[in-house]
Amino acid sequence: MTSIRRHRRSAVIAGGLGVALALAACSSGGDSGGEESSSGSTTTDCADFESYGDLTGKTVTVYSGIVAPEDQPYVESYQPFEDCTGATVEYTSDKNFEQQILVQAQAGSAPDIAIVPQPGLLQQLVATGKAVAAPDEVAANVDEFWGEDWKAYGTVDGTFYAAPSGASVKSLVWYNPQIFEANGWEVPTTLDELADLTATIAESGQKPWCAGIASGEATGWPITDWMEDMVLRVSDGGPDVYDQWVNHEIAFNSEVPTAALDAVGDYLKNPDYVNAGFGDVNSIATTTFQDAGLGIPQGTCFLHRMASFYASNFPTDGSVTVAEDGNAYAFYLPGETADDKPVLGAGEFNLAFSDRPEVQAFQTYLSTDLWANTKAKASSEITSGGWISANKGLDEANLVNPIDKLSVEILQDPNTVFRFDGSDQMPAAVGSNAFWKQATNWITGQSTADTLDKIEAAWPAS
Amino acid sequence: MHLAVAATTTGGKLLTMVIALLAFAAVVGIILFLAGLAERRGRRQTAWLFLAPTLVLLLVGLVYPAGRTVVRSLYDAAGSQFIGLHNYLTIFSSDEQLVVLRNTVLWVLVTPFVATVIGLIYAILVDGARGESFAKALIFLPMAISFVGASIIWKFVYEYRDHIENLLPGQQQIPQIGLLNQVIVWLGGKPQQFLIDSPWNTFFLIVVMIWIQAGFAMTILSASIKAIPAEMTEAARLDGVGAFEMFRFITLPAIRPTVVVVLTTIAIGCLKVFDIIRTMTGGSFGTSVVANEFYTQSFSAGNQGLGAALAVLLFILVVPIIVYNVRQLRASEGR
Repeated sequence: MTSIRRHRRSAVIAGGLGVALALAACSSGGDSGGEESSSGSTTTDCADFESYGDLTGKTVTVYSGIVAPEDQPYVESYQPFEDCTGATVEYTSDKNFEQQILVQAQAGSAPDIAIVPQPGLLQQLVATGKAVAAPDEVAANVDEFWGEDWKAYGTVDGTFYAAPSGASVKSLVWYNPQIFEANGWEVPTTLDELADLTATIAESGQKPWCAGIASGEATGWPITDWMEDMVLRVSDGGPDVYDQWVNHEIAFNSEVPTAALDAVGDYLKNPDYVNAGFGDVNSIATTTFQDAGLGIPQGTCFLHRMASFYASNFPTDGSVTVAEDGNAYAFYLPGETADDKPVLGAGEFNLAFSDRPEVQAFQTYLSTDLWANTKAKASSEITSGGWISANKGLDEANLVNPIDKLSVEILQDPNTVFRFDGSDQMPAAVGSNAFWKQATNWITGQSTADTLDKIEAAWPAS
Repeated sequence: MHLAVAATTTGGKLLTMVIALLAFAAVVGIILFLAGLAERRGRRQTAWLFLAPTLVLLLVGLVYPAGRTVVRSLYDAAGSQFIGLHNYLTIFSSDEQLVVLRNTVLWVLVTPFVATVIGLIYAILVDGARGESFAKALIFLPMAISFVGASIIWKFVYEYRDHIENLLPGQQQIPQIGLLNQVIVWLGGKPQQFLIDSPWNTFFLIVVMIWIQAGFAMTILSASIKAIPAEMTEAARLDGVGAFEMFRFITLPAIRPTVVVVLTTIAIGCLKVFDIIRTMTGGSFGTSVVANEFYTQSFSAGNQGLGAALAVLLFILVVPIIVYNVRQLRASEGR
């Protein structure tokens, strides 16, 4: 495939076709592609961009909440598109993206493309009437590279708007492979094995789990992730029940959610199991989620359930090696049986506010496996990884970070059933307030029944 | 719109600034010109002309939004359906909101009195003492720190780490990084989680406010004490009063208007308190107050109606204090 395309490009150049400017841009793109190919990865090839046509002089604006240093790989990944089509892509970002983008959309000054981190926000933006549906090429790419579950999160009221961009895996448990090896502990493959492992560690006189939920106004969110993972895993639970729960087709205080929160409580509210290195159960409430797992490499804590992005929290002074044989790594939070592979995760979506040809062309580029790989390579070079996509065309060879590789393996596993973070999809009154607050009250002593009753009561009547 | 676009480059920003300055100068010029014309007709008209820009800005920036907020508070979460006083009913009936009200009452009752008493005692103690200005500077310093800065400092003071009772051989004690808990450990106690147990955690937050405001109270009251005529105190001394009677019958009555101003100013500050709670607990553990809850409901929970109702309630609570404050000022001016 690649060689055919390269052949075609040389034919294009030899034939002297195309506008002179575009050609110059093309050849410079080809140069950087050549360098990349020498480092053993795929080449950037202007033939892939031919279908977008000549976009010289056109500008596409991108706005997101991803700020320095993670913004650089994005800018870098747009370069081949700019080189080959002649278009300019302007990337801006700020930390208040989530409030700002709503204001901009309502005021009619939205960017061409917004990188939206939550399906809930995506729905709000579509509701302003300013967003435009994705072109057919994007829909086709999403069908090919992502599949049903992801496409649904970019769809509002039956219209497909936004292709997924990055992704993160939340169903991970951090552990210390060296300590596991020294003690003869095995990575669990079922929920029961996880319970057994926890009991084994506790019998040795140590508290196995560490957790922290303090996060300013968002204090409590790590428990919502825990609970979502358990709704996917407890008997009678699973992906379908999860969807019903998130969409409020079953009550928040009904049977399965209650069982799920109790299952979380078996770990987090058991004084023998928590809070390794910090204190009693209550200390979970005042420990920041960033601090909570830092005891893993030091051996003061043994299990810490946190998303793939936690890797960047470890000190970079060389004392921590994140690897399968290092002193910090993660295993997949197992399902009820070894064959069940529900995965909780999150991600961003590229929502367009304009249907100008250059915007649609750029949107299409962002939904290809080519972009996913270009972006992964750029992240590997600039920020040592820390970025993945659920795009099935993403080549693991382009990742340098072991956690990224593990996450992509999990996402691409054919048995995996992916579900998006539920609190990000619930109404803001629940997902960004009551769920967090009540989860915090729950960890400091409130009963499971009271907690779920209060969240149920906070669900807006519609 | 075009200006906003141009403002993305440095040159564009400078241009925008120049245009804004010119526009401002033009408005001032026009007012002065009109005032010159009107001056011949009478002072009243001139006064109205000078007041006009302020009045317009007040209408656009204060009266109109206030009115909108009141209207909004009568609508549901999305602002689309009229629900009457339901939001206010929620504030006074739901368990969560009642805790918010209780905390606000605690803040307003405790903080002004404690801060004023501390400030007053300090002012009297250091009055005329050696190194007075240094002693005053010490207690005044926290005033110079922003609320968020002060909250972060106190968050560290309250910070909790586990304390292992029975150390195994070779095991190290977990170091306390919070000052208060370290002191407790030195005294042989067990470290406490100060910010968790409601309602006591609210008092630990109030301490931060008192720490900041005591300096304010001390400065104002000290100035007022120094303004008491020397004849009065000398006459009292000749009459042979003791220290307490001096305070009770001379100092306190003389500075009473100032005490009221200090009390009410701090009380209004407490009604509006937001930064301390947001920074230290984010409103968790039952520490939220009206101002914080208003923000949370409006901007996080997406409940515009309830948020607006809380804002209106805050306004209603502040009004009587301000009325009292203004009356006191008038009374003291009238004397």
